[in-house]
Amino acid sequence: MTISEIVALAGAVAAAPQPLGPIGLSADECLKCNVCTTVCPVARVTDLFPGPKYVGPQAQRFRLGPDLAPGSGHLSVVQSPDRSIDYCSGCGFCSTACPANVKIAEMNNRARAALRAGRRPRLRDWLLGQTDLTGRVGVLTAPLANWSLRNGAFRALIDLVIRIDRRAPMPRFSSRTLRSRLGGYRRSRWSADAPPADRTVVYFHGCAANYYEPNVGQAAIDVLERNGFTVIVPPQVCCGLPLISNGLYRQARGRARTNIAVLADYARAGYRIVGTSTSCTHTLKAEYREMLDIDDGEARAVAQATWDICEFLLDLHDRGQLDTRFGELDRTLPYHAPCQLRSHGIGLPALDLFELVPGLRAIDMDHDCCGIAGTYGLKSEKYDIAMAVGKPLFDRLRASAEDQVACDSETCRWQIAAATGARLRHPVEFLAEAYEAYLAADA
Amino acid sequence: MMGRMTSRRPLPRSVDVLIVGGGATGAGLLRDLARRGLGAILVDKGDLASGTSGRYHGLLHSGARYIARDPQAARECMVENGVLRRIAPACIEDTGGVYVATPDDPDDYVDAFPARCAAVGIPCVEEPLEALFQREPALNRRIRRGYRIPDASLEPWQLVEANLRDAAERGSQALPYHQVVGMERSGSFVSSVSIADVRSGTVERIAPRIIVSATGAWAGRLAGLAGIDLAMSPSKGTMLVYNQRMTDTVISRCKMPGDGDIMVPVHTVAILGTTDIPVDDPDNYEATPAEIEALIDEGEKLFPDLRRMRILRAYAGVRPLYAAAEVHGATSAGRADREISRAHAVIDHERRDGVTNFVSIVGGKLTTYRLMAEQTADVVCAKLGINQPCTTADEVLPGQGDPRGYYWLGDRLAASEATGGGDAGLICECELVTRPMLEAFLAERMPCSLDDVRRSTRLGMGPCQGAFCTFRAAGVLAALDDGLERAADEPEAGVEDPLVAFLRERYRGTRPIAWGRQLQELWLAAGIYQGVLGVDALVAAEATVGDGPG
Repeated sequence: MTISEIVALAGAVAAAPQPLGPIGLSADECLKCNVCTTVCPVARVTDLFPGPKYVGPQAQRFRLGPDLAPGSGHLSVVQSPDRSIDYCSGCGFCSTACPANVKIAEMNNRARAALRAGRRPRLRDWLLGQTDLTGRVGVLTAPLANWSLRNGAFRALIDLVIRIDRRAPMPRFSSRTLRSRLGGYRRSRWSADAPPADRTVVYFHGCAANYYEPNVGQAAIDVLERNGFTVIVPPQVCCGLPLISNGLYRQARGRARTNIAVLADYARAGYRIVGTSTSCTHTLKAEYREMLDIDDGEARAVAQATWDICEFLLDLHDRGQLDTRFGELDRTLPYHAPCQLRSHGIGLPALDLFELVPGLRAIDMDHDCCGIAGTYGLKSEKYDIAMAVGKPLFDRLRASAEDQVACDSETCRWQIAAATGARLRHPVEFLAEAYEAYLAADA
Repeated sequence: MMGRMTSRRPLPRSVDVLIVGGGATGAGLLRDLARRGLGAILVDKGDLASGTSGRYHGLLHSGARYIARDPQAARECMVENGVLRRIAPACIEDTGGVYVATPDDPDDYVDAFPARCAAVGIPCVEEPLEALFQREPALNRRIRRGYRIPDASLEPWQLVEANLRDAAERGSQALPYHQVVGMERSGSFVSSVSIADVRSGTVERIAPRIIVSATGAWAGRLAGLAGIDLAMSPSKGTMLVYNQRMTDTVISRCKMPGDGDIMVPVHTVAILGTTDIPVDDPDNYEATPAEIEALIDEGEKLFPDLRRMRILRAYAGVRPLYAAAEVHGATSAGRADREISRAHAVIDHERRDGVTNFVSIVGGKLTTYRLMAEQTADVVCAKLGINQPCTTADEVLPGQGDPRGYYWLGDRLAASEATGGGDAGLICECELVTRPMLEAFLAERMPCSLDDVRRSTRLGMGPCQGAFCTFRAAGVLAALDDGLERAADEPEAGVEDPLVAFLRERYRGTRPIAWGRQLQELWLAAGIYQGVLGVDALVAAEATVGDGPG
């Protein structure tokens, strides 16, 4: 990507989503019962956010269609009435809890995008959406980038100028991308001479494993290969979730189309797509349809073929096909289930897998949200809210005094690590370690 | 809506004019006469604007609906449309209107539409279909033409309220819950009128110089009390209230007016209208399942997804149609109601029946209420020898002062957000009615019912239809009124607990459309009130309550 392309993107205006598509219509399902507000982690800690019911199905009835929306010129004197909706973190608990199936989180996200439609995106929000761009630049300049992101003066400047909080957690760029470590067939698009679908998986690494945590990607590949799978890593871009969260739907649709174009061939040929970032896999499964209105045969095929890594491994175990020869890991392991994982509706498969590892005593921290919610907790005006949301979790972890913690989502891992000082790892890393322990004991 | 003057004060013994009927026309007349220096009082047997005016579809007509059958009515609508935009902007949302040609609408009507609009002075511009569908994505994609005309959405309760306030500032009062129960004739003259305070039961007699019946569909009954035979042809119109605005523009069909061919965005909801069925008794009618089904069938031609959209309630209003020779020579025998003119008639019963001081204003529609009032006031003034010009078309109504002009849908959300947002202070979450709004209303209007509160504030008019606001509002009401608590402990015979009365009224409008989510909502409400709060213990004697377009 060239500088001029970036500038062009930054100047692009967002497209307005349709107001009364299936998501808008789902406001009709609301019974006003307040279950969503009861489970909202943000409304619990701040009055700045009145809760999902208020900004969702309730406020929806006060919003005008695209032509009449504030800023369109029709009502130019009227300022947008939606202020509090910006404080929705997008964790999605409301949608999973709603007994009437109102798509509350999706409705809120769309309303926020509609507010920004026709306007230049805020530089900060645009930047936070460009994870593959920042990742690429960061890896190339890793020593400098990592030093800068930990330099107090630089962070203070960033805080002041573009409003990314100086205290917010920042991951370390890897000196090499995961992709550059992998070679040969792993980069290919689908072709007829690819290895058979039943013993092969397509790995969707997302931005985190590629640019920041190649060790997570490597652990997943090791675990899959240990179980006899060939792992293919086709070309891919950011899933688009950070763009969706920051209201940049048009760009997000571009990312989605790129990924679908590559993955749909595999999906249709019967390959399963497995990811280590639980928010990426959820985006492939649900958000392309629910947020971006991409609902064609290709997108559906990709959605149906996509698995979260722990979901996939547990399913393997349920079929009696998982290699359970794990060595002993003698430790107590606090575990935090991320919001995005809960949106999958697959239970907490990591906890079931941990039970297979001798000596490993995993404990569910039983807290809803660490507060970060992707890029939410990075923003200066939201950092304190995010920390308050996660505080009970942080307190519990500090009290447990365990040095390692498991969590399926990268942004949660970075948030919890920064807040507690613990070492946060993906569940699959512990499984890989347990396989190694078996081999070491065997040898 | 309660008037400022309540039943606790005695009626004046003599007054220039007694207006019977507290709808838009009566309120407009009270204002008009007050501005011409006449002392008048207005009485209504129920709450103000609780009859036809409070149960209409919410449309400020451009007149386009009447261009083919009644060009004169169309022309009047267009003129009054302009007047109301000037004098009552805060009661109007300038949605604009579009007449669309669906595949079911006749080509000749569609083709003649612009010329007919032009002939009666209605500005009409064809809107390119692409722009129309972009603006209103829920519309039927098989629509082949669209004409923009200046329809709008008009709030009846605030309009009546503003007219009454203007009258009150000039000393003329409105008394709700005061019913005319008798009139005494001295030859060709009505010498006295007996008025009952509906709530206390006391009856007083007054001797107005002129009596004006602005009772609309009830005009035949009132005239009967004066010994005058006046045959009205009341017609029921049923409407459906949708939970969300699937359109931000008034949408109508390019054809002769019929059932289910108009959708009006009104505040947070959209209202599909209407039917047209003769009724014998303007106090006794229901929206029937067959009507509702027919409305949805027709409405789907405008919005194909209509059947998937949630209906909050059904309600019916009754048109004050009058089919006598005084209007356009139609007859009421074997009538089809769409054939009866929507035009109005001022009937001077001196000329018609030899009763010198009795005048009826019948027919018409809310859009032309001011013109009806003006023409009636002209007749009254002539009788009293008063020569004062009408000023109601020129003077802006009170409370319209916001320089922004028209209200818009986001107003309440904006107000809520401006004060920090949040739902802690909300009494009615669906319609964003705050505790300060409720308390301000009650401070001015007590004693009153929750239904009075509803008409002024939209309390209970959203998707839950009172499930979550009724107990909160009743609590606020009780805190302000000791009498209410007594009623709760020990119900007086014939007086229903305000909470029960409100719920009953909400249930009534929900029952005809109780399926899907709205049925679940009813169960939830029943669980809260019958199950948790045990309101059945409060239920006293059966009371008759009206429905409304909430």
